[in-house]
Order: sequence, then C-alpha cells, then structure tokens
Amino acid sequence: MSKFLSLEGIEKRFPIPGKEDYIAVTDVSLEIKKNEIISIIGHSGCGKSTLLNMISGLDAQTEGAIVLENKHVQGPGPERAVVFQNHSLLPWLTVYQNIEMAVKKVMPELTTKELKERVEKFVSMVNLEHAKDKLPDEISGGMKQRVGIARALAIKPKVLLMDEPFGALDSLTRANLQEHLMRIQESVQNTVIIITHDIDEAVLLSDRVIMMTNGPEATIGEILEVKLPRPRDRVALQSHPEYIRCREAILSFLYEKFAKEDE
Amino acid sequence: MNSELLKKLFLPVLVFMIIIQVWATIATLVEEFPTPADTYVAAFGGVNSLGDEVEGVLSDPFYIENQDSKGIFWQILASLQRVFAGFGLAILVGVPFGLMLGMSKMAHYAFDPFIQIFKPISPLAWLPLLLFIFQDINMTAISTIFITSIWPIIINTALGVKSVNKDYLNVAKVLQFTPMEKITKIILPVSIPYIFTGMRLSLGIAWLVIVAAEMLTGGIGIGFWIWDEYNNLNYHNIIIGIIIVGVVGYILDLIMGKIADYFDYRKKGRVS
Repeated sequence: MSKFLSLEGIEKRFPIPGKEDYIAVTDVSLEIKKNEIISIIGHSGCGKSTLLNMISGLDAQTEGAIVLENKHVQGPGPERAVVFQNHSLLPWLTVYQNIEMAVKKVMPELTTKELKERVEKFVSMVNLEHAKDKLPDEISGGMKQRVGIARALAIKPKVLLMDEPFGALDSLTRANLQEHLMRIQESVQNTVIIITHDIDEAVLLSDRVIMMTNGPEATIGEILEVKLPRPRDRVALQSHPEYIRCREAILSFLYEKFAKEDE
Repeated sequence: MNSELLKKLFLPVLVFMIIIQVWATIATLVEEFPTPADTYVAAFGGVNSLGDEVEGVLSDPFYIENQDSKGIFWQILASLQRVFAGFGLAILVGVPFGLMLGMSKMAHYAFDPFIQIFKPISPLAWLPLLLFIFQDINMTAISTIFITSIWPIIINTALGVKSVNKDYLNVAKVLQFTPMEKITKIILPVSIPYIFTGMRLSLGIAWLVIVAAEMLTGGIGIGFWIWDEYNNLNYHNIIIGIIIVGVVGYILDLIMGKIADYFDYRKKGRVS
C-alpha cells in the first residue's frame, strides 16, 4: 500500500526566554494507512494534543515533515478536518447552519439544492433531524459533539482529527457517541486519528493504538495492533481474548513502564 | 390581584409623592423657587398662584413665532439632530477602529495610551478648541459629541473582538476563511453585543454633552433653552427642561437597549 499520511521525525520545541527550549515532542515517525483508525494515548502532558495540532496545521512542527498524499502539510486546511474537544460550534448559528457554513465554504461549487441535500444527509447521519433548527445552547453536550462530527465529515476530509472528542462527556453519552462513530465509519470509510486518555475507547475504536511516553521529550513508546473483527460490540468484547490482551498491554504501558507521578 | 405588580405600581407612586414633598419644602425655603403646582401650570397651562392665566410650555410645543422663538419640540429636535450626527460619526469611525485595535496587537500598543488619556477629557474642555476651529455652532456641538462619545465604542468593540473564543478562530483556520470572512462570520457576531453596549454608553454620553455644549454655544436646542429661561428668570421652565432632558435620555436608552437585544444572539434576537 502506498503512503497515505506520514509523520517523519517530528519535533516540537517551545522557546522559553532565557532558558533552553522546552522540547515537548521529539522524533515521532509514523505511517498511517488510508481508512485506518488510530488512537494516540498517553498521560496528560505527553504532547498528544500538540501532535494532533501539528497534523491539523494549527501548530507548526519545529523539525520534521508531515506528508499527506505526497504533499507537505503547511497550515490548516479542510482536507484535515478537526473535531474539537469542546465542539466549537458557533453559538449564533443553528445546528443546520453550523454544518451549512462549513460545506458552503469548502464546496462553493454546489448548487443550492445540492448544498441542502448534503447538509441534511450529514444531519441525519448523526440522527439530529429533530434538532436541526436548534441553537447549540439548546441541545445537550453529546448532541453538540455529534454536530461537530457531522460538520467535520460533511466537508469530505481526507483525515478526520479528533482531539479528545468525548472527553468532556459522561460515560453513558460517551459510549453512545462511540457507537455513532463506529456506525458512521462503516458507511463512510475515513482515516481517523483520535487523541484519547481512555483505554477502552482506544481499543474499541482503533486499528492501531499509539502509546506515547511521558513528556518532556515525549515520543512514541509502543504501537499496538488491535486485531479485532468489525463491527465490534462493546459488550461481547469484554470477554474476547484479543480485547483483554490489548487492554492489558496499554495498562502495563501506562501504569508500569511509564507510570506518572502526581505532581 | 398580583401583589408583585401592585408593589411595582404603588412603590414608584410613593417615591414620586416624597419627591414632590421635598420639592415643595425647598420652594418654601428658597425665595422665588417655583412650587410643584406652579411648575405644573407652566408646563401644561392654566392659572398660576399669582392668579395669572398662562400658556404652558407643553401645551403648544410646535409653535414657531420667529427664528429665535420656537416651541419646545423644535428645541428637542435640534438637540437630537446634533446628538445623532455626532453619535453616527462616532459609530462610523469607532467600530472599524475598535475592530482594528482588537485584532492587531501592534495597533493596541500604539493607540491604547492615547485612548486612555483622551477618554477622561471633559466635553467642556474640548468645546473652546473646537469652537475656535469650526467657528460654527452646529459643527462645534457635533464634533464635541463625536470626540467625547467615540471612546466607549472603540473600547467595547476592541473588547468584543478580544473575547472571540480561540476555538472559533481555529474553526475559521481549518475552513480557510479569508480575513474578510473571518470578520463577518466570526468576529462581528461575537462582538455585536459588546459594540451595542459601547453604543449605548456612547449615546448616554452624547445626550449629557449636548445640554452643556448648547448652553455655551447658544442658538437653539434644549440646553440653550434651559439657559435662556434662566436668563429670562423663568425658573419653573428650568425644572421643566431638566425633566424633559431626563425623560428623553431615558427613552433614548430604552430604544438603544431594545436594538441591542435584537442583535444579541444570546438573547435569541436572531437576525436570520
């Protein structure tokens, strides 16, 4: 398989006046295949969000290159859509308008009718037909995040970047959204990178789990392949030997090899 | 009947009666101070305490006898025209300037010290200088209003721009908005409530300024009228003038508040 997205020797330094640079992330090299779902997991402060921001282009790497389909990533762009942790919906636009705004900008060639069809398709993909004319403040946190996902997918990105997408939600809502994401992924194949600190979420959703060592100078510690068949059922998985193996591998990485002391 | 509503109606009436009583007491203490009754007659017409039949100031507010003698309506109108001319100019200049100040750190560093110095200058300090420049009553009044009411608009607009959530700007970056799209689709919707707060403050200042400015410049206008009535020894009309200034100012603020609410997405006054 040809290279789809590759990170080549990424390093991120933050200058500190009067001191040596703070090296947040160093020597991160990774190849991501098309339609692969990977999660990046690590303790807080391991630079996983910094890494995602560099892939999205919102932040520039100090060293190394990020190449998507043979093109160097320079700055943000709609082919790398981001689902932000706090959803980032514009509060003065309705659910429908939030998605419409993005589609209109990225696909200016669409006719009024095509635009409407596309927006409605993605509204219904996340089951929000009933709430499409509501403002973000009038819907629940889980629904907002679904709109965020719909908005990101509606602009047909090559890569979907999710920065702790369900981190701010309660565990039941989180499970519900994970189901949504898996169901959507089955119909619209996508390359997805998820930042998470939730072990179950990482195993349930991913093809590969990237485990980051602790910062400063964080890097990739181990990469775990999750060889579970899809569609995955969270209840049935609990006793699946592969699921248990993956969970244990991540647990031992995070709490034995790279345990983090409370500061 | 709703007891809350009863209190809302009854309590202001009670306070009104106390004010009238205090006023009546002052009238007995200060020689020639107009009593509430005489002031009422001077406003709406009738027979005053001296037994004279008088025309009220408000019974024919629209009369025009000659260029120098016009009804109270025309005085208020002249003042409002100057206020809105100066206020309009302040919006036209203040909003873009505030946007620039909020978006550019360089602009903020460059201009902020001067804004802080100009802001507290009294309109009366500007007036002689502006009168000297323009040699014209209208231009002087309008420019005085402009220069004293522009600061809250600039400051609040800049504050609004700075309050834009960084995440919204990240959304704009990912979608590759042009700078113009960034302003119209992200920055303005967030800043509009702040801009209107600035405009409301600014209009309040403009209305304060006009009365003082007109007293010094003369000609026509509610401020001039109050001063003129002082020179004519019509003290009851001064009180009428004060009440009119207060009521008009209150109405202006009320209207501005309604407009502000209409454009504030947080209050659901959705534009589209």
